[in-house]
Amino acid sequence: MTPARLFLTGARDTLPLILAAIPFGIVYGALAMNNGLSEWATLAISLFVFAGSAQFIAVTLVASAAALPVILLTVFVVNLRHMLYAASLMPWVSGLPQRLRAQMAFWLTDETYAVVTNRIGQDPELKGLPWYYCGSGLAMYGNWVFCTWLGISLGQQIPNLTDWGLDVAMVVAFIGIVVPALQSRAQWACALCAGVCALLTHDWPHQSGLLFTALVAITIGVVLERRAASNTRETSYE
Amino acid sequence: MNEALLIAGMALLTFGPRYLPLALAGRVRIPPLLEQALRFVPIAVLSAIIAQTTLVRNGEIDASPGNPYLLAAVAAGVTAYFSRQLFATVAVGLLVYAAARWLL
Repeated sequence: MTPARLFLTGARDTLPLILAAIPFGIVYGALAMNNGLSEWATLAISLFVFAGSAQFIAVTLVASAAALPVILLTVFVVNLRHMLYAASLMPWVSGLPQRLRAQMAFWLTDETYAVVTNRIGQDPELKGLPWYYCGSGLAMYGNWVFCTWLGISLGQQIPNLTDWGLDVAMVVAFIGIVVPALQSRAQWACALCAGVCALLTHDWPHQSGLLFTALVAITIGVVLERRAASNTRETSYE
Repeated sequence: MNEALLIAGMALLTFGPRYLPLALAGRVRIPPLLEQALRFVPIAVLSAIIAQTTLVRNGEIDASPGNPYLLAAVAAGVTAYFSRQLFATVAVGLLVYAAARWLL
């Protein structure tokens, strides 16, 4: 595939998640303005930070008059899952120039990560992954900034925008990505364990339960995978 | 609240964790065990986000059939399992959610 085609395919494969992100962007813009941020700051955060859930948490904390260090620490903790994402992408970027890696890092979101790992799962030998990745990333980014601007403009005209239950679109999109990826027993166990553990830790502060959950579920997955691998080795010796 | 400081701080603390592992790729060798563990990251984190967003409503766990998120998630899960199509999954999930909100 040519780079341009890969770029467009990346954007196209992200389309369901872009649609899911539209209401989020609008709500963010409206919420930030409601919580006392200026128009330019609301838009600048989407332009320069580009981190959906961390942006929501930050503007919520701004409204509760939290101190700046508290807000920043929370943003950092909420973003730590992206460090796991980036670490898992390491084998695919080792030959790339740092500028391209930095661009990819800036566009690293739950959505683009989900779409890109899905693609890697289908075609591990794919050449030109950065093009695919950047197509997905730029589409998410452009949409996010535009929807923030829309939210700033519309904010005051839409009542109770935050009570509509808009995050359901994101949930069903993630389900559409995770479920087909579950093939081995270890993967199923990892997913089930993550679900249960996330519920048990849901009231931990600042999404720390999410990180704890990830560590527990990943450990379960690895242990079961190793056990399955050693079992097949034993049977093949017989 | 100093908005410029807020934005600069958020930008730094968002970009940093995203970039650090990518910057180090190729310079540090990832041990095979860690590499195996990292392959479980998408399933682990996305499943955790799905479970929390579906079942935690207003800070409480709501696993009742009256929770429209749960109905949408189950419908989406079944669709995803059998069709393996992202668009179909999202469409069915949203339709079931809208129907549940309207009927319940």
